[in-house]
This record gives sequence, structure tokens and C-alpha cells, in this order.
Amino acid sequence: MTLSEKKQLQLTACKVRMGIIESTFNAKCGHPGGSLSATEMFTYLYFKEMNIDPTDPKGAGRDRFVLSKGHTAPGLYSTLALRGYFPVEDLKTLRRIDSYLQGHPNMNTVPGVDMSTGSLGQGVSTAVGMALAAKHKGESVRVYTLLGDGEIQEGQCWEAFMFAAHYDLDNFVAIIDNNGLQIDGNVADVMSPYPIVDKLEAFGFKVVAINGHDFDEIEAALATARETKGQPTAIVMSTVKGKGVSFMENNAGWHGKAPNAAEYEQAMNELNATYAELEAN
Amino acid sequence: MADMIKTATRDAYGKALAELGQEKADLIVFDADLAGATKTSVFQKAFPDRHFDCGIAEGNMICAAAGASTMGLVPFASSFAMFAAGRAFEQVRNSIGYPHLNVKIGATHGGISVGEDGASHQCCEDFALMRSIPGMTVICPADGEEARMAVRAAYEMEGPVYLRFGRLAVPEFHEKNFNFQIGKGEILRDGTDVAIIANGLLVYEAIKAGEALAEAGINAMVINMATIKPLDEELVLAAAKKCGKVITCEEHSVIGGLGEAVCGLLSEKLPTVVRRIGVNDEYGHSGPATDLLKQFGLSAEHIVEVATDLCK
Repeated sequence: MTLSEKKQLQLTACKVRMGIIESTFNAKCGHPGGSLSATEMFTYLYFKEMNIDPTDPKGAGRDRFVLSKGHTAPGLYSTLALRGYFPVEDLKTLRRIDSYLQGHPNMNTVPGVDMSTGSLGQGVSTAVGMALAAKHKGESVRVYTLLGDGEIQEGQCWEAFMFAAHYDLDNFVAIIDNNGLQIDGNVADVMSPYPIVDKLEAFGFKVVAINGHDFDEIEAALATARETKGQPTAIVMSTVKGKGVSFMENNAGWHGKAPNAAEYEQAMNELNATYAELEAN
Repeated sequence: MADMIKTATRDAYGKALAELGQEKADLIVFDADLAGATKTSVFQKAFPDRHFDCGIAEGNMICAAAGASTMGLVPFASSFAMFAAGRAFEQVRNSIGYPHLNVKIGATHGGISVGEDGASHQCCEDFALMRSIPGMTVICPADGEEARMAVRAAYEMEGPVYLRFGRLAVPEFHEKNFNFQIGKGEILRDGTDVAIIANGLLVYEAIKAGEALAEAGINAMVINMATIKPLDEELVLAAAKKCGKVITCEEHSVIGGLGEAVCGLLSEKLPTVVRRIGVNDEYGHSGPATDLLKQFGLSAEHIVEVATDLCK
């Protein structure tokens, strides 16, 4: 990618982060931490990687994305809105009683959402089913799913991983957001999923470990996934929970909590400063 | 009646899948290491590239079927009722029910007629679980031909369907290609004294009970209510109005199944005396299926007893 492309992606990611703060602030609840850690991946997938068309959200041959860690809906919604699936202004209605932006993704109400998720461990299984179906139909559809590092404590994830390797689903990419934190604290302390890379390799995956905030590394990993034949790919990305908002970074407390007015102001000031800085460079 | 042909509805299910598979290229089948028992192996033999074994991982199977359905295929996902409806309940609820996806769950080995395997495999809670999911259609056919027609009807309708089949061979009483409609009960015998509403293998027992009761001067109406949800409310209300007394019969717990569906309807719209025949809030145990059915009161004899008492 060119430097200007990268800059554009970074600017977009910054706007995605603003949307996350805006939506959770207005909702007075929601999950900013894990949305912010996956922001670069959301951005790259929807603005560069996937074969999609926001004017035809149900297009038959489109690539699919399943947010297996469904609680980070603010990250997905913000990305979808900025990509043109629905008005950015609507992000403020997140979780409201009359809003189509449900607390967790709903494929029947939110344009661009390919699968209803929220119950951890299930999205990844639906994604392998999509990948299998695409291969069966001879369609060149690729299926991406994003899981949390805490989520992979769910045994069903490993059932899905077994399935993906067993059926040689090389059109399937499992992305694991390894931000190291879950509700009760460090994933390593709560119930260690480590070593994640070794386990996925043992399950038959091509595994790429990257910095999940680096667009060059994201691009290279997704290219590897496309080039890998005969086996599924997993991208284990090291990330910072709450990335981009100083007081939210690496703090499990921001897993499922919205900023208050003062915190909102500080977060937006920081993101606006980041945006201005990026633009100036 | 002794020389009636007997078929297990699971056998009819496997054959129906294979038959329908000939006509419908988008029909695929998932199983969880039980293809030989659920009889999806019949489909597998005919269409090996459209049958996907998921191994002993029912939760993943249910969700994978959900995902495949979003790609325009029509998946039938099979396991024993205990694991399809029980173990994978939340997967069915959240990944199939909530998004209202076009997945058909073919659950075999329902009820205590599983027999020797005992309580761990005798699912008597699946109607209750599946009925509680908004938008889920729940069907329990009474014989092989009804199973075949139900599979075809489930394929034709858009949306999630739970089909419950049995392990035990039961008498065939439906005509080939009879008019099966989801959500419509079937009057097998008209009567005025008591309405016996049954599903699954209890339907044939209800037919026999109706005949025995007639000999004793009790004129029973016998209804096959294969679709538990959506319930044929019109027919239940008409039968209750005509007979004034209702007996429900199912190879399921008396909690949450056909009996409670009928009671729920009648208590609100036409309060009527109802007796529920089913498994009485207890577990099954090992034994030959036919003996277990007798022991648990899932028999024509017991229906006659209950009806006789009710009509005193």
C-alpha cells in the first residue's frame, strides 16, 4: 500500500474510534475496549480487503464478515456507517429502544451485518458454515471472523477450528484480537488460552502473528491468508484494549463501560488531536 | 391391524432426505457422528458431496448449518433429540431462531422409546425447549409417510423447523402422498364424548384407544396433532367445544409439550377439562422400548383408562 493509502486508512481508523466513543457515550453503555483494539482490522477489512458493496449489502458474491466477539458491535457499526452502509449520525442511537442498532449485531436490522452474533463461540461456527457453503457452491467468497482472546475459552471455538481445518477451508480467516484482557482481568489469569499460535497450528491452521494496529502487518497477513491453499488461516493480532484513548488503554474496566461526559470530552479531544496530527503529516 | 407395515420415522427421514435430494440441489445435510443412527447415512450414500459430518460437536454443527443457510443452501442438521435440542439449545436459539434462518433440524431418537440406552439419551424435553423459541416450527410425525411428507413440507417453508423422529418402528397408517400441512391437525376419528389429541407414536395408540372406547360406548374424537407449534388452535377449540373433555398424548414430558400447548390455549379461550398423558416429570430408564412405553403409560390401554375415568 502507498503511504497515502496508509494515511487514509489511519485517518479512517481514527474516525471509527470517534464513532465508537460517540455511540457508547450516547448509549451510556456498550463495549468500547474491544472495539478500539480491533479498529485497524475493522477498517482494513471494510475499506481495503473485502469484496463488498455498501449499496448492495446482501449481494450474492460478496465476502462475509462475522463478528464472533459480538459485543464489540460499536466497532463494527462505526466502520459500517463510515463505509456507507447507513448514516454515521445513527450511531448515536446505539442500544436505544427504537433503534435498529441493537446491542449486539443483528443481521436482520443492520445493513452490512452478515450474521447475528453475541453469544460467544457461535459466530466462528456460523462463519465456517458459510465458508463450507461457499466452497460447496464453487463461489469465490471469502469469510472473515473476528474473535476475542477471552472468547476462545469457549470450547465451541475449537470445534469450529477443527471443522475449518478438516474441510480445508482456505477461504476462511479467523482473526483473534489478543488484547490480553477480559471482563474479570487478564486472560492469562482468568483462564489462560495461551499458547494461542501453537494451538492453532496444531489444529491445522496457517498462523500469522502480527501487531494488530499496524496496517502494513495487517495487509501482509491477509495477503498470506489469500495465498494459503488447502488450509484455513488464523491471524493472531497483538493489540491494546482501549487503543487510542489514553485512559482506556490496557484497562479491563473499559471492557463494557461507556464514558461519562467528562471522559467523552477527553476521549474526543485526544482522537481529534490524533486526527489533526495524522492529517498534518 | 397385526399385519400392518411398521416403519421407524427416523428411517423414513433418511429416505425422504435422499428422495428430496434428487429434486433439490440446494439441500445439504449435517450430522454429528450419528449418520448411521439418524439415517442421514441414506442421503450420504446417494449424495456424498452434500453430506457433512461435523464429528461429535453438536453446537458447532448447529451454527455451521446456520451459516450455510445464509449462503442460500437449505441445511438439515441431525443428531439425537437430546443433543440437537438439548445440548445445542442455545445455539439453536441464538444462531438459528433469533436470526430466523432457514435451517431444518432433524432430531431422531426422541422420547423414551430410545429404549436400552436409558435416561441420558431419552429426550422428553425437546418440544418444550423448541416451542419456547420464537418463530420455531415444531413437528413430530406419527408414522413413516407423515415423516416423509413433513420433511418435504419443512423444506418448502422458509424458516427454522424442528422435526422430531423416533427410533422405534411404528405402524404405518397414512396413505402415500396424503395431504400433510404444517400447522394443521388431522381428525382420524370423529366423536363427541372426549377429544384425544396426540402426536408421534402416541397417535396410533390413540386410534386403538378410540376403537376400544367405542366398544365400551364412549365416542372419542381422535386427532393427530403433528405440528406442536404453530398449534392448530381452530381445531383444538372446535374439538374441545364439541366434546367438552380433552386428553393429550405425547412421548414427552407433561411439562412444556403438546399437553401444555393445548392447556394454554384452552385455559385462555375455552376453559375445558384436560388430562395430559406423557412422561410425568421423571427420567426414563433402560429397557425394551415397547415395555417402557407400557410402563410409562404411553399406551392405548392407559388412554382408555384415562378416557373412561374422564367420561364417568
